[in-house]
Amino acid sequence: MTTLNDPLEDRFVVQAPEVGKARRRRRGGVENEEVGRDRGIVSSSDWKRPRIRFSLTTAHAILLVLLVIFGLLPILWLVKSALTPTQDTLTAPIAVFPHGIDWNNLVAAVGPNVQIGIYFLNTVWVAMGNWAVQIVVATTGGFALSVLKPKYGRVVSGMVLATLFVPAVVLLVPLYLTILHPLVIGSSMLNTFWAVWLPSGASAFNVLLVMRFFDSLPREIFEAAETDGAGPFRLFWSIILPMSRPVIGVVTVFAIINAWKDFLWPLLVLPNVAVQPLSVRLPQIAGQTDLGVLIAALAISTVIPILLFLAFQKTFLSGGGFGGAVKG
Amino acid sequence: MTTSTERVGTRPAVSGGAARGAERRSPLGWVKRGGFANFIFILPLLLIFGIFSWWPIIDSVIISVQHTNFVAAPTFVGWNNFVFVLHDPLFLTAVKNTGYFALLALIFGYPLPLVLAVLMSEVKRAKGLFSVLAYIPVVVPPVVSVLLWKVGFYDASATGVFNSILGWVGIPPQPWIQDPASAMPSLVLEATWAAAGGTIIIYLAALTNVAPELYDAAEVDGAGIWKKIWHVTLPQLRGILLITFILQIIGTAQVFLEPFLFTAGGPVNSTTTVLLLIYQYAFQSSDGGSNYGAATALSLMLAGFLAILSWVYFRVTRNWSQN
Repeated sequence: MTTLNDPLEDRFVVQAPEVGKARRRRRGGVENEEVGRDRGIVSSSDWKRPRIRFSLTTAHAILLVLLVIFGLLPILWLVKSALTPTQDTLTAPIAVFPHGIDWNNLVAAVGPNVQIGIYFLNTVWVAMGNWAVQIVVATTGGFALSVLKPKYGRVVSGMVLATLFVPAVVLLVPLYLTILHPLVIGSSMLNTFWAVWLPSGASAFNVLLVMRFFDSLPREIFEAAETDGAGPFRLFWSIILPMSRPVIGVVTVFAIINAWKDFLWPLLVLPNVAVQPLSVRLPQIAGQTDLGVLIAALAISTVIPILLFLAFQKTFLSGGGFGGAVKG
Repeated sequence: MTTSTERVGTRPAVSGGAARGAERRSPLGWVKRGGFANFIFILPLLLIFGIFSWWPIIDSVIISVQHTNFVAAPTFVGWNNFVFVLHDPLFLTAVKNTGYFALLALIFGYPLPLVLAVLMSEVKRAKGLFSVLAYIPVVVPPVVSVLLWKVGFYDASATGVFNSILGWVGIPPQPWIQDPASAMPSLVLEATWAAAGGTIIIYLAALTNVAPELYDAAEVDGAGIWKKIWHVTLPQLRGILLITFILQIIGTAQVFLEPFLFTAGGPVNSTTTVLLLIYQYAFQSSDGGSNYGAATALSLMLAGFLAILSWVYFRVTRNWSQN
């Protein structure tokens, strides 16, 4: 997404050279599969030495405890505090349900004062529109640049690639002014979802990802389709799109997760509370709501991203190596 | 459209007679050869990138030398916006704070994912569990993370989460984000927690690509575990380590969310970063107006600085790897 502070573009740069390496490694590893496949720094004979085995197992146990503390406990605390009376969270934040479970925070978060449901639906709406725009731009553009290859294609690809090297901060003000006075559309898009949806389509990362996928499809299929009389539209709709499920899946997962993450851009172009997504609304709620209710709202806002991650772990952890933010 | 037909036309006729050549140059020939279909497919990309990416990038240069407020027509002011920014006393503060954030983020956050990833790569059982745990903070929406840390963990009273834990070992309550001295490190701590998982995954992928033969060879030469890490693992990761280093600096130089939501630049501007200053120029000006020119000028200065920094960095590190 072009939206600000998104490090996805950088990740692509990080990852691109790794693909070739992985291939080479796989080919080289065939002969000594049973020996070489699983070995890392520590050899299997090292593993058999009791002293090394003991210290490594201990190190791994400590590592697991630390990862649980830093990865899981904050989320568990969030869930626990959402279900705990505010007074308990204030006076004894570490204690586990000192006075039992209290559903009132969740009820209040959904209730008429906070109305978290509205902002939840706004976020869903933002995610769906972002997804649609990103899919259309990336698949049609990728198809044109990678399969149809018009003469001007290389110039366009180059210009798409070039946007990866422009820091997002440069776009902040001019993009905002573009939303106020769009070039082609004319009237201001402020406070409409279009202001978030359309710019999200200008994702060089998506286009390059889809292009790389289309490049990997066997050319013979395109030629066979052409011989059978399929034009470019038929080729795209009946052959390429059905084959592109994996890459469409990746774009989809990240379109949704990024809709949940985006903050600065929707903050700027959606000043009207009625259309704001969760990320924009939560900081405002924080200032005017009871602590327990706020934490319940935070917990509700985290459900979809966490479920998405657990359901598509492979996409996050390995699929093309979308690694993580390199920030901080 | 026209450029493509022109370019085809100017080429010497590769095959076919004069009639074919004429058809090539004509719009009808362009349509027949599928030029129109090509154009239809690339149109969404051209429109979206044109309006929301390419044009704003060009526009940023124009805005930076203009005075724009929408009340009157924009006027050309030359370098005035840049001069304004450079004379703003907050500019130096913001640059110092951003540099401080980037430095702390490198100290906290650069070696940590590498150490964790190397350890994790040797795990034999339930490897996936380790990665999932490490990655959870990355998928939590950043706004939720910041608010969770702000109202829960960084609560400065004795009964805040972190202060309670410190209390177990007899350390008095800390002010965390409420004191100018500890505010920035607190922000970096949260940012590191939120981002480390992503870098760990990148390193894990790189570690699986280290050829096992290299370790075998090192063992033949009598290398122990530490020597293998030092002489095989780290040199093999050098490329990725160099890239994550500069990418982290580029990322932290543009930090916005943490200072904006945790402290809004306070206390006493101790966490005002460059991006926060850009935001304030454009959208929170104290005189009520919006200084888009100054905001864009500062954006371009930051982008220019990062571009030069990256260029120098890659020049220098290229020489290293040659030696």
